[in-house]
Amino acid sequence: MEHYLSLFVRSVFIENMALSFFLGMCTFLAISKKIQAAIGLGIAVIVVMAITVPVNHMIYDGLLRDGALAWAGLPDMDLSFLGLLSYIGVIAAIVQIMEMVLDKYVPALYSALGVFLPLITVNCAIMGGSLFMVERDYNLGESLVFGAGAGTGWALAIVALAGIREKLKYSDVPEGLRGLGITFITVGLMSLGFMSFGGIDL
Amino acid sequence: MSELKTALTSPVFKNNPIALQILGICSALAVTSSLQVTLVMCISVTLVTAFSSMAVSSIRNHIPSSIRIIVQMVIIASLVIVVDQVLKAYAFAISKQLSVFVGLIITNCIVMGRAEGFAMKNPPLASFVDGIGNGLGYSVVLISVAVVRELFGSGKLFGFEILPVVTNGGWYVPNGLLLLPPSAFFLIGFFIWALRSWKKEQVEKEEFKIAKNTRSVKEAF
Repeated sequence: MEHYLSLFVRSVFIENMALSFFLGMCTFLAISKKIQAAIGLGIAVIVVMAITVPVNHMIYDGLLRDGALAWAGLPDMDLSFLGLLSYIGVIAAIVQIMEMVLDKYVPALYSALGVFLPLITVNCAIMGGSLFMVERDYNLGESLVFGAGAGTGWALAIVALAGIREKLKYSDVPEGLRGLGITFITVGLMSLGFMSFGGIDL
Repeated sequence: MSELKTALTSPVFKNNPIALQILGICSALAVTSSLQVTLVMCISVTLVTAFSSMAVSSIRNHIPSSIRIIVQMVIIASLVIVVDQVLKAYAFAISKQLSVFVGLIITNCIVMGRAEGFAMKNPPLASFVDGIGNGLGYSVVLISVAVVRELFGSGKLFGFEILPVVTNGGWYVPNGLLLLPPSAFFLIGFFIWALRSWKKEQVEKEEFKIAKNTRSVKEAF
């Protein structure tokens, strides 16, 4: 239990997807103008990551890993090169299914998250989560916790950035730095702040 | 012919994918701490963008629009798998250093963005050139960030010592901050600032204008 808790805390703060691995930057910068939108996107990312990372783990472990197909009488088969293709397929399919399920059963949530769901397929944080899971060799429980934690960390970062940008729009920024430029520098400062978690070892 | 030339050169400074279109920023930040790794990444992204644009464009009239995203994804993912396997076979050390970022070329918005925005409407040759052009625009930003980070962060370029550092009996004290993640954000911010001071038309409009102070001095006190 303690192990899972420390993994969760580590993936939220110390190894923050957005601020220390720079994943999902495109959406991170594009959708962080308003806090409301940022919260919606953040929640969608948490949900999608908590589902896709364990599902991809099952696919990797049950079908693609070296020797995983031993149960089918093919002990020498190594399909891990198909990984990239299957992960992106799984992510695209799950996002699509989630969109349909939400539309049918929870229309209120669908109208809140609806516009963000298609964006999530091409969000590198989601894909990055699955790739890190494979690289670090997590088991099923760990990958569930890691998915939820990494999603939460990303959501936290985008909501914080949106808060800062809402205040920042009243400030008088030099011409060339306006908009994108100052946002980059703000994110740099935030990332510097998050680095202070770096020394913590749980 | 001149159209092709425009497609090749305009993304480099005039319509830069990173500085203006906000595409493909994730990998721009993560792989720039050493020049060698950056160069490999730039070549991979340029090739994937060019060939995926060409492939998407050559079958653009046969893709039903409802499933076009999936079709583009499959084409891009297959190309990235090729790149990944080639790197693993011939440049294993670099492929280890790039770790997940080779796989993340799939979700790099430049590749998707050009396939969707340009290749779906244009013939294969133009799309290929457009892909190369956008790859070059991406590379210009990445390489300039990587040069600054490696040169001032560890005094080296491509691993060769340019500025002799203090620990080896030289005079240069390396700036450790430049090797840490946040410096990449600052450098790209400054790069955008420089680019927009040069090309004024890229400056964004202000959302709010601070009004002139209308109270007279007498009222204020």
